[in-house]
This record gives sequence, C-alpha cells and structure tokens, in this order.
Amino acid sequence: MPQSLFDKLWATHLVESLGDGLDLIRIDRHLVHDLSGPSSLKVLSDRGLTVRSPELTFATPDHGVSTEPGRTGGGSPANDKALAVLRRYCDRFGIRLYDLGSEEQGIVHVVGPELGLTLPGLSVVCADSHTCTHGAFGALAWGIGNTEMTQVLASQALIVERPLSMRVSFDGALHRGVTAKDLILYLIGRHGAAGGSRHAVEFAGAAVRGLSMEGRMALCNLAIEFGASFGFVAPDEATYAYAKGRRFAPTGEMWDAALAHWRTLPSDPDASFDAEIAVDAAAVAPQVTWGVSPEDVIAVDQRVPSPADAANAKAAEARRHALDYMGLEAGAPIEGTPIQHVFIGSCANARFSDLAAAAELVKGRKVASGVRAWVVPGSQAVKRAGEAAGLDRIFAEAGFAWREPGCSMCLGMNGDSIPAGERSVSTSNRNFVGRQGPGARTHLASPITAAASAIAGRIVDVRDYGA
Amino acid sequence: MEPFVSFTSKAVPLLIDNIDTDAITPIGRVLQGREVMIRYAFEPLRFAPDGALRPDCPLNDPAYAGARILIGGDNFACGSSRETAVWAIQGMGYRAVIAPSFGGIFFTNCLKGGLLPVALSAADVAALAGHAVRGGEISVDLEGQRVSGGGVTAGFEISPLRKEALLGGLDDLGLILRRDAASAAFEARDRQARPWVYLPG
Repeated sequence: MPQSLFDKLWATHLVESLGDGLDLIRIDRHLVHDLSGPSSLKVLSDRGLTVRSPELTFATPDHGVSTEPGRTGGGSPANDKALAVLRRYCDRFGIRLYDLGSEEQGIVHVVGPELGLTLPGLSVVCADSHTCTHGAFGALAWGIGNTEMTQVLASQALIVERPLSMRVSFDGALHRGVTAKDLILYLIGRHGAAGGSRHAVEFAGAAVRGLSMEGRMALCNLAIEFGASFGFVAPDEATYAYAKGRRFAPTGEMWDAALAHWRTLPSDPDASFDAEIAVDAAAVAPQVTWGVSPEDVIAVDQRVPSPADAANAKAAEARRHALDYMGLEAGAPIEGTPIQHVFIGSCANARFSDLAAAAELVKGRKVASGVRAWVVPGSQAVKRAGEAAGLDRIFAEAGFAWREPGCSMCLGMNGDSIPAGERSVSTSNRNFVGRQGPGARTHLASPITAAASAIAGRIVDVRDYGA
Repeated sequence: MEPFVSFTSKAVPLLIDNIDTDAITPIGRVLQGREVMIRYAFEPLRFAPDGALRPDCPLNDPAYAGARILIGGDNFACGSSRETAVWAIQGMGYRAVIAPSFGGIFFTNCLKGGLLPVALSAADVAALAGHAVRGGEISVDLEGQRVSGGGVTAGFEISPLRKEALLGGLDDLGLILRRDAASAAFEARDRQARPWVYLPG
C-alpha cells in the first residue's frame, strides 16, 4: 500500500500500538530550553527518576535570556533563577547544555538544525510549540507539554494520538518580495488558525521544493499557527546538502546508510491523505497581519477588513475586538500604518538568509526616526556568520541594534518587549494579545517587509523597495 | 493526578474563537508564580488595561460562581504549549472544558493533567451555552461519555486508555515505564536498523 512521508515516519518510531489510535512513539532527539525545562526536570528529580538517554537530550537557554550586548544572564531575576535550575539539573543528569557564553547557544529551533541534531527521519520533541520547525528536514517533530517532557526524560518515549494526514501543495512560482513566511501566513489567512487542526501536514509542491532549508524552516515553524502540531517537508538534495558535515550528522559509511534510508522517506506517488489543500503560490503577495490571530492576515496592498463583512455575529465581534486592540480602522489601507518598533528575530526568521535578505534591503538606507529597530540573530553561529559577512555593520550603519541570540521580543518575558499601545512589525510567529508585552500591537511579516518598514517608519510594500 | 469524578455544575460560556494560551496564562504572570498566574488567568479578557475587572466578561460574572465547567469557542487554547494554561484553568476550579475544537497541544496537556476536554459539535456547544446562560446546570459523565443539560445530551469520544487514566488519576508515565521491555526491544532493533540515530554518551 502506498505510504506518505508521515506514514513512514510514524511506522519508523512505533514502539507499540496501544489501541484506539494511541501509540507508544520512540523519541530520537529531545531539545530542552529554560522556560519549560526547569520545572519538568525538577518533577523528574522529585519523583526519584533519572534521564534515560542524556546523550540524546540537548539544552540551550533562549526564552528568558537577555539579548543585551555584553549580557551575562537572564533578562530578569526570575529568568536567572530558572537558568540556575536548568544548569543544576543538566549537570546532575549529564545533559549537554549549550549555555550562555558558549559558541553554540541560541534559539533551540535554530541550534538543533545547525548542529545536525535535526536530521531527516528523526523524531524530535521539545516542550515548545514551534518544534514543528524541525519538520523542514522531513523529521517527525512536534511540541509537547511539561508533563510529557518529564515522561520523555524518563522513558525516551511518549504516548501519542496518531493525527490525521493532510497535504498542502504550493504550486506555481513565488513573485519577487514573497517569502516562505508570506506563503504560510497566506495559507493561515485562507484556511484559518485551526485549518490544520488534528492533522499532520506535509508541505509539498514546486514552490516548497524551491525554498532553501531556511525557508522551509520558516514555513514549518508556523504549522502550529495553522493548528497543526506536525508540519514537514520531504527531504531532498537540499536537505542532505544542509545536513552533511554538521557536528552530529553521521559521517562515512554511516552517512551513506543514513542517506539510503532518507531517500526512502518521501511520500509515494499515489499516497493518500485525509485532506488536501492546493495553493497557487503565484497568487501570493507580501502578507502582513492586522489583528490578534495569525489568521487575521491580508496582502500588504489590501485594506483592513470590516466587522460588517464578517461571516457571522461572533466573527464580527472578534474583528471589532481585534481592531480596537490594534488601534486600526476598518477599511483603511494597512500600508502606511505608522510603526514604532521593528523586530527581526525569533525561531521563525532569525537565520542567516533572513538577516542577509534584510541587510541587503537596508544597505545604504536609514531607519526612520522614532523607530526602534532590532536584529536578534537566532544563534551564536548565525551571529558569527552575519558578522563575517559584514551584516552587523550594514545594520548598524542603518540604525538597527545588533543583539545577542535569544527569543527576545517574540514573547515579553526577558526584558525585551513592546510598550503598551505601541506598534511593531515583527518577524516572529504570534500576534496574540499581549504576546510582545501587555498592550503591544504586533504585525507579523517577513524579514524583508520588516526591514523595509523600519526604513519607512510605517508598514510598506517591500516590492516598492527593490525586493 | 486526581481521579476524575463525574459531576454536575453550572458552566461559564466564553464563546470566543481562537483564545490562545498566551491569553490564558500571560507569560509575565507565569513568571510571578502560581498564585498570581491563577489570579490573572485570562487577563486580557477579565481585566481592563487599568487593572479593573471587566464586568462584561462571563468569567467575572457572579451568576456563574462555583461553575466547574468552562465552555469555549473554536480552537480553544491554541498557540503556545505552555501547560500553565491547564494548571490555571484547574486552579480556577474548572474540571472540564467543552468546545467545538481545541488547540492540539492543549488537548493533550488536558488529558495528561486531569482536566477533561470535551469536543462537541458547534450546535451542541451553542445549545449547552444557552442553557448555561439561563443558569442551568450541566452534567459531565465520563463513564458514560456524555454531557447533558437543558434537554441536550451529547456523547463524546475518548479512547478507553485515556478514560481509564482520567478515572484512575493515572499518569502516563507509569504506563510507559511498564512497557519498558517493549521500548528496550525496539531500541535493540532500531540500533541495527538506524545506527546513525544513536549518539555516543
């Protein structure tokens, strides 16, 4: 019977079927960070248990770290306390910790792929919803809760309900100024924040095949914003080229054996899916969110939707609430909306190619007065590569701050946040109420749209800026 | 985990779609500890920017005091995997959440933490919410896998394993560890089949 990539990934990790769609699934890689890690490690310790496979478990602090240049700790005393707990348990249980000050530290979903911890065909979990990012490699990767994290630490396995399968095909060629971020935001806008709910989603089609690995990571990163815990892309030559030579990738004969296995993973031509969606990638323009859910998204040249046009009374009320929170008028163009902050960073868009594309756009230009613009590289490796390529100088000359790696302004918990009532264009993945700080107004967009908006001091169409 | 006991109580209707776990437990409140986190659960919905309680939020309405059931909208508790969302809802006194659909990670976190998530059709949710607004009580019967109130009786799906765990107050961990032989056998086979997966210690 023909199998999909998902069928194969699931079968590879199936320890035992427990009936009624519940399966015991083996975990190949467990990533740990400083927000969910400390409490789950403490529960493990308090229950007198130990880490079953410390050699498959890797930690790095990202959520609560300061990103201030010259930083030495967390963004607040509470963050420092969490860091101390993480360090204590990593030391006790023999978990490798890429701590502050190490050359590997960074956002867990940037670091995993960089180090070759994320490989095709592996199962990867982390107590963080954006673990779907690793699906870009054709990995079975998903975010788990704190209780599940303790279970993985203790057993290297998890009881998981097998999701339904979905294929989203992006066919057609991307227009200039359109990135992976725009593709996924467009999909969420069309099909809703629950469009992929209860499904494991394979992203396919010519437009996806044409994306770089970093583009695929941005695409898969927002699968959870589409309601899907699992989002992935079949591995291909681009995947293997990225993985080869990474620190924890296999070498020699082991590489050959792994590669032979990886080549069997892509969905069989006549594999079937529980749901299918087709998207014309050529119809996608640069996207920007206007509301408080990632599904509240429009093309940058469109107008803010009106409650009067909503499908029903509940949707109309949701729109009124979103417009009120965002301080926007129904029917007004989103383009031209004045902004006070630009954040280029997060596990969605803080990789080298994201920063390089933004730098190319701002080169020789200046950030508009009254705009605070930040670039927060996703990892120390991205920061080093950026500095080697001179990106830090380009950004500095344009008036952007170049900071230390961490989650930063994606979520207001580390000292980096947007003040109440102020407006940001952010390359992160969530425009929820209060996500970037209480009262903060967030517009999600691609790195190049964010960069161009920083220059203009308002939301702009990046296609007018030479993209 | 406390064993789940079937019960009857008032229910609070919070019929907003896509309520995210950042709204349920804002990260700034999470950092302030469990008590503050529970006091400020659903902060953007329950509190005005000046800190005053919003009288129009059903969660603040004294008419629903003592309710142990929360009725939510589509995609309830989407977004971040933070399990604090489950802990805060339990801390507020709720034992079950009824909604047309849930954020996937939250749904799993509920089952693993003893908060019963009940997915029903939009029509059944609306009918139960209407009954709740009129002050009616709703019965949640996990053994019988049904929810009833105001003339509506709706069955819901739950796997026998999950049901047994909730009724017994059992953590998955015991279940997984009891299958350690299966895990060990899997690992032995897998080390042969996929040796590149296994890293030296």
